[in-house]
Amino acid sequence: MENTASIDINFYIILATLLFAIGAFGVMVRRNMIVLLMCIELMLNAVNLLMVAFSNKYANPDAQIFVFFIIVVAAAEATVGLSILILAYRQLRSIDVNLFNKLKG
Amino acid sequence: MNIAELIIALIMLPLAGAFINGVFGKSLSKSLSGVIGTMAIAGSFILALFLFNQIENPHIVTLFRLVDVGSVQINVNFLVDHLSIWMTLIITGIGTLIHLFSMGYMKEDGGYYKFFTYLNLFIFAMLLLVLGGNYFVLFFGWEGVGICSFLLIGFHYNDQQKGIANGLAARKAFVMNRIGDVGLILAMFMLLNQFGTLDFHTINTTVSGNIAQNTTDHPALIVLTLSLFLAATGKSAQIPLFTWLPDAMAGPTPVSALIHAATMVTAGIYLVVRSNFLFELVPFTQEILLYIGLATSLVAAFMALRQNDIKKVLAYSTVSQLGLMVVALGLGAYTAAIFHVTTHAFFKALLFLGSGSVIHGLHHEQDIRKMGGLRKIMPITHVTFLIGTLAISGIPLLSGFFSKDEIIGHLYEHNVALYILLMISVLMTAIYMFRLYFLTFHGSFRGDEHTLKHAHESPLNMTLPLIILAVLSVVGGIINLPGLYLHDSAHWLNEYLSKVPGLDVLPHHAPEQGITLMLMGIASVMSIGTLIWAYRNYVQKGNLAKQEENLSGWERLSNRKLFWDEVYHTVFVQPVLWISRQLNHMIEIRGLRAGVFGLARGISNLGQPLAKLQNGLVSSYLFWMVLGLILLFGINLLNTL
Repeated sequence: MENTASIDINFYIILATLLFAIGAFGVMVRRNMIVLLMCIELMLNAVNLLMVAFSNKYANPDAQIFVFFIIVVAAAEATVGLSILILAYRQLRSIDVNLFNKLKG
Repeated sequence: MNIAELIIALIMLPLAGAFINGVFGKSLSKSLSGVIGTMAIAGSFILALFLFNQIENPHIVTLFRLVDVGSVQINVNFLVDHLSIWMTLIITGIGTLIHLFSMGYMKEDGGYYKFFTYLNLFIFAMLLLVLGGNYFVLFFGWEGVGICSFLLIGFHYNDQQKGIANGLAARKAFVMNRIGDVGLILAMFMLLNQFGTLDFHTINTTVSGNIAQNTTDHPALIVLTLSLFLAATGKSAQIPLFTWLPDAMAGPTPVSALIHAATMVTAGIYLVVRSNFLFELVPFTQEILLYIGLATSLVAAFMALRQNDIKKVLAYSTVSQLGLMVVALGLGAYTAAIFHVTTHAFFKALLFLGSGSVIHGLHHEQDIRKMGGLRKIMPITHVTFLIGTLAISGIPLLSGFFSKDEIIGHLYEHNVALYILLMISVLMTAIYMFRLYFLTFHGSFRGDEHTLKHAHESPLNMTLPLIILAVLSVVGGIINLPGLYLHDSAHWLNEYLSKVPGLDVLPHHAPEQGITLMLMGIASVMSIGTLIWAYRNYVQKGNLAKQEENLSGWERLSNRKLFWDEVYHTVFVQPVLWISRQLNHMIEIRGLRAGVFGLARGISNLGQPLAKLQNGLVSSYLFWMVLGLILLFGINLLNTL
């Protein structure tokens, strides 16, 4: 089932790596927790993209099943993350992650 | 039931009693926990009677293998022979009576169930000790009775006035017993080294096979038997380790009767009798036993002469009587020793329980200077105590007369000079016992009005054991009457114990009948003469115990126990304390503590910078994670190149 109009897999890999790097970098340098959550989504979706691309290349649907799971779990993760965010905001009147350091030893 | 089942049930009953009282005791009523404790021992006694009927030959009951290391195999097994059954009968029989007595004596005590737990546990350990088929099981029992003794001596550790003294007495008993225990442990190592086993039976067979090879006074055997005897001096309160026993009187009186008079202190005697096949090979050690026993008997009897605490007199008397038993052991007259163990258990338990009854009736007054004239207030206690006194003093036809006379007879045959020394000890026994009796029960009451008004005879559950023990003290002698004009079967105990290996040979120094009669005559005249003298002195002349300031030279020595404790304190305790303090200063503080603290500080210093990594910033954690990831990738890349 070779798709003749297929794009070379390397492009997907580069795109996914870029997306992941942007996400990881964002988590590291940004302090706004909403942006942090967005960056995490970005990293997850980079992985999703890579999985779908490889699934297509090897004509194996297994990876696509995983992607569905990841999307569902990511949605749940976003919900929990936003709930924590709201609670944290009520406590600290801020969503700056650098202020969330009450548990450090 | 067969013998194995009987023996297991016999041993487990006291343990079950201890378990029930120990776990549920708090929620049981006082009378119930007392009844449980007493019934457990009574049950054991009945089972012991069954065994007594059944046993024909020595039996070994093996339960399971405990140690299996290389060539050393140690089983938990029980040796059921005539000796162990005889000891079991004494322990459970006297134990039952003393449990019964305790139900009355401890009535007002807060730790009632705890007391019965310890007592039952003690009986369990004691049964392990006498029934164990090898030195290892014996050692378990040995340590078990030690810890129970410790717990019971210090039973009133939270007493307002005497709590600390009680605790110190318990500690003293424990430490001195530990010194003896070292001997037993060393002996076990040496036995394992020499014979490769700890079983009495196997060692006995091996030793008997080797007698032909002239092994007597072999140095290894001398050390071995001396180690065993060191253990015996600890438990059976002989010189040099006897000073704990008088202090142990801090415990409740039933404890003194059970543990420190009738049973536990005879464990050392039992140990030597059980190991007789080893001691027989070493005349050197036997000589030492003889002299130590004699010295202990004399010293303790002398110390008892001017004691004023009713229990202390009895305690020194116990030490003195134990010395007599050790003399018998030194002479190889093992049956005579066991005979005296038996009669001594009767009359000394009786005397202690009698003194307990007096103390109970006078609301914990123990000083005989504040007693007197109690024979009208406590008629049953008075009569039974009198019987006990007569028995221990060797008045003819009572049990103590026969058992003492047997030992005396053997010693006379061995050495007349030593015989005279022992007779001095016997004479002193009669003197201090009659002094105790007359000062307590005759004359007029010397305590305060209040005590006199409330003085009362003890209830039936306390007087019943007294009566039973008094009967036994009177008739106990018939189990081993001297041969004289009777048939040989009068030596019932000799016959009975002769089925035990090693006890079947007659002692080396059995006196002839004429000499026996003469010795008996001398002993009788002496004890009766002392009785008359004591009556004149204490009742007709009305002499009383002097105050401590008025004591003359030898009286002061006796009252202060020859300053034995003080000497030990200066010679052993002080130097040990000094060395400990030095070690604490040099090694503990400067060496160990500095080292340990330094190590801790070093690790702490190492940890400080690492702890900074945990700064609570999620982004920094992620940074390190990514850095690690890149590092891993890098290493992987390098490896693939």
